[in-house]
Amino acid sequence: MQTVDLQEMGLRGVNAALHAQADDTNQTAWTIENAKGAHAIACGLDAPIEVTVKGSTGYYCGGMNQQATIKIDGSAGPGTGENMMSGKIVIEGDASQYLGATAHGGMIVVKGNASSRCGISMKGVNIVVQGNIGHMSAFMGQSGNLVVCGDAGDALGDSCYEARFFVRGSVKSLGADCEKKEMRSEHLTLLQGLLDEAGIDADPKDFTRYGSARNLYNFDVDNAAAY
Amino acid sequence: MKTHDAKGIPHTSPRQSATFTQDINSDIRRAAATGIYDIRGGGAKRKVPSFDDLLFMGASISRYPLEGYREKCETSVTIGGLHASNPIELDIPVTIAGMSFGALSGPAKEALGRGASMAGTSTTTGDGGMTPEERGHSDKLVYQYLPSRYGMNPNDLRKADAIEIVVGQGAKPGGGGMLLGQKISDRVAHMRNLPKGIDQRSACRHPDWTGPDDLEIKVLELREITGWKVPIYVKVAGARPYYDVTLAVKAGADAIVLDGMQGGTAATQDVFIEHVGQPTLAIIRPAVQALQDLGMHRKVQLILSGGIRSGADVAKAMALGADAVAIGTAALIALGDNDPKYEAEYNALGTTAGAYDDWHEGQDPAGITTQDPELMKRFDPIEGGRRLRNYLKVMTLEAQTIARACGKNHLHNLEPEDLVALTMEAAAMAKVPLCGTDWYPGKPGTGY
Repeated sequence: MQTVDLQEMGLRGVNAALHAQADDTNQTAWTIENAKGAHAIACGLDAPIEVTVKGSTGYYCGGMNQQATIKIDGSAGPGTGENMMSGKIVIEGDASQYLGATAHGGMIVVKGNASSRCGISMKGVNIVVQGNIGHMSAFMGQSGNLVVCGDAGDALGDSCYEARFFVRGSVKSLGADCEKKEMRSEHLTLLQGLLDEAGIDADPKDFTRYGSARNLYNFDVDNAAAY
Repeated sequence: MKTHDAKGIPHTSPRQSATFTQDINSDIRRAAATGIYDIRGGGAKRKVPSFDDLLFMGASISRYPLEGYREKCETSVTIGGLHASNPIELDIPVTIAGMSFGALSGPAKEALGRGASMAGTSTTTGDGGMTPEERGHSDKLVYQYLPSRYGMNPNDLRKADAIEIVVGQGAKPGGGGMLLGQKISDRVAHMRNLPKGIDQRSACRHPDWTGPDDLEIKVLELREITGWKVPIYVKVAGARPYYDVTLAVKAGADAIVLDGMQGGTAATQDVFIEHVGQPTLAIIRPAVQALQDLGMHRKVQLILSGGIRSGADVAKAMALGADAVAIGTAALIALGDNDPKYEAEYNALGTTAGAYDDWHEGQDPAGITTQDPELMKRFDPIEGGRRLRNYLKVMTLEAQTIARACGKNHLHNLEPEDLVALTMEAAAMAKVPLCGTDWYPGKPGTGY
């Protein structure tokens, strides 16, 4: 176990040490102490390592992550896991806005709630939120899955493409071109797998699926108000 | 046409309206027929005050020229040395602006890389990510970081020689984009993680930051991911140049790309292109003033774009304080876009060479702004690269010619004092004297 103190090493020192780990590193477990809300902690990682951040983080923790597993023992600031490609981020507390923005792959798990624009422009990531999510979540979501065990705020899935949304609680409103969809057996299987991977005990049958109505895929003047 | 009525009283001549011109009327008829606003490529076509309204005075008794073929006039420029450990060193101050794979064909992107590399300058990716052709043929490649993040991945980010955070584009300050389904080939769709054949909307705002304070943190994140090695540019449209440049510098940019309304786009509403933004001539002085007020002129480089066509434009931009320029539309013309040799095919598309701007429809006879495999075959990236190299060389020679005539041994030594303006508007915008006077509108101490 490698333990580093962010306040002592500085952000550059900590990130440089993490970036120096190759695919076959034997330094696979790291703890970052004294995070104190710093920005860009453990961003740009590209090795199969496990990083635990003690305390809450600022913007962009785990941004563009590849392969690494990052656990935040606190709450996470805006843009956590933005453009993540692979790996996993687990947030023990709440997540601020833009969680997993444009992320292409991997999984993000939030034990608390996630704020607005959760999964904005998601491009393949799987996001599982144990609590609620805020407004405009999954705006322009392209692909991947957003699972919400609590409630969703206004305008869920506005202008979405092929991303799927599973919500157990209520949805305050759906965004433009987002609609309720049939929950078929393949979706129940998919959702069970996502819940298992996230370590959350919930019954897929309690969820409702939402996704794109595909009415905005090609410009039509009769839909102009929705663009 | 009858000239008199039955009683022999003469008709007045038919008079076209200056308000409802034939062009305007055709716009109205098209809108009425389709219900969709007109989308096109390119930049503003309206006449605006431009670098054509400025002249160099050249040497005289009090200013000594340099000997054209004996005395050197340097053209090199270093971009991004403020924070980056590996700044970009260019032989010439003319760079290739960001244009996307998707909007342009793969061979066209390759040609831009070939031409720029032969001329010793950089090229830039666009909305759609980095292609192997482009990276492979570009000695120095700037990777655009756009709101859509189409094709964005950290592996490509680390391959870039610089990163350009795109906040705005001169053709459409405050606007997003749309790549119509006709151009969404399998490859384009795959790179953008979207289904084939649908219209692809590009957001106008970045998904994970808003405002200058967030931008500063975003710059920090990108620097951390790339180890503080490569320069980070911030591209802004010619909207509020003084404040935008000030805020971009505050956010930690190494260089500012400033794009005027003549700058092109792959596809945007015509009304947006023609009615939003400011002319390139109008935005450079406020931007330079912002850098000077911060003590950052020449430390944070200013790259000006939007309708740059010749070495004269390059020299004028640099005399007004730019460190370099970027060209997009001009580079495409050098590659063969809008060439009269395709006139019959342009006519078949309802247009004419020089006016063709439906780049988004993917039917470009020159094979440049298309993803159609048959049309793409018409374009030879090696020949295209050579043509671009030639054009860049000529622009540089032209700028050097002017600089030597002004007695300058480096293009960066050109200064506003070398210039005069032909019109009141240009004098006011460029803050150089109206020809034959020592005055420009707004000159301090003149009262008006």
